[in-house]
Amino acid sequence: MDGSNDHLISALAADLQPVRPLPPPALRTLFWLILVAAVAAALATFADVAGMWHRMTAVPDMWLAGLGSIATMATAAFAAFEVSLPDRSRAWALLPLPTVALWVGASGLGCMRAFVLPDTHIAAIGETRDCLLFIIGLSVPLSVALIVMLRRAYSLAPPLTAAMVGLASAAAAATLLNFFHPFDASATDLAVHAVAVVIVVAAARALGSRMLENSLAGRVTIPPAGSN
Amino acid sequence: MAAAQTGDRVAYETLLRDCVSFIVSVARRQGVPSDRTDDVVQEVLLTVHRARATYDPRRSFNVWLGVIVERRAIDMLRQIHRRGAREVHSPLAYESHADEAVDLSAGIEHKEKVDRIGAALAELPRRQREAVHHLMLDEKSLADAAELTGRSKGSLKVNLHRALNALRLKMDRGD
Repeated sequence: MDGSNDHLISALAADLQPVRPLPPPALRTLFWLILVAAVAAALATFADVAGMWHRMTAVPDMWLAGLGSIATMATAAFAAFEVSLPDRSRAWALLPLPTVALWVGASGLGCMRAFVLPDTHIAAIGETRDCLLFIIGLSVPLSVALIVMLRRAYSLAPPLTAAMVGLASAAAAATLLNFFHPFDASATDLAVHAVAVVIVVAAARALGSRMLENSLAGRVTIPPAGSN
Repeated sequence: MAAAQTGDRVAYETLLRDCVSFIVSVARRQGVPSDRTDDVVQEVLLTVHRARATYDPRRSFNVWLGVIVERRAIDMLRQIHRRGAREVHSPLAYESHADEAVDLSAGIEHKEKVDRIGAALAELPRRQREAVHHLMLDEKSLADAAELTGRSKGSLKVNLHRALNALRLKMDRGD
């Protein structure tokens, strides 16, 4: 065996600390979803839940869009936990794509209806700005919570993992926005939601991947060769 | 690996040593050149160490390790490819590249100056030449030089002083 490998192995063995194997990704996803549910329960105390329920059940595209965002939140979080493991396929990142298609497709249908039915409430500029701030503002703590949960993992693709974190958080925030969204989706509103989601995913990819990389760095100190 | 997760250092060290040949064979199969397999081995060992909490004891260790080796081998191949596209290995071109900072005339001027000083020194009277030789060129102490030449310290000092004056005059004239 090569001397440097020998030296490295001795150093790694000396550095060994007991570790608890990570729980399965599905279980960890569930923990995060419970956290989101707790936030939802807290927000529901301020929201007009009956009104929301009435809006959601009035037309199929509304509840389909809600279902799409909820499913995206769950599948993206699960994909983040999967790709954070070094031996799992990166193809897990494709898992949220069908649910994203459902979410965007159903929201797009709602937007079409705004053209057909003239008396539909169209969001004003001020309201769309509030939507943008709500999605971004709520995504930050949800992303941070996910990244903290991912810190013990070791992703070989931190940007991809972080992008999944952003998507899951943005989908969760967009789902929770339904509590305070007393109007149907117009083209501008839908565009604002899309922009908010893209901003969150891009920011998570840029900042989150750095945070995930930092959490891995500096865990082992290898003494220089010949010191032992 | 399950024992290593509980902190068993002996089991861990044995496991890592046993892994090396497996890592080398997988890396070679991926197409990593033999002079870079050691780099892959070290990257994989570090990854195994840092990612040991992600290993699920209910799954196959070889599969877990195999995927990590494949990923690290691909990283290495990408690195080799990137470096190959940007850098050229040409030791001869490096060696024969002219250093623009070097002043070629400086060497010639220095040699000419040394020759002129040598010639001026040769023209000095013997006692003065001896004083310069022992005290200036050989950097001997006055006492040592006096002992070597069998002359007094005062005589040596006077001869050195005269010799330096004479040399200064000759150099100023440009002889």
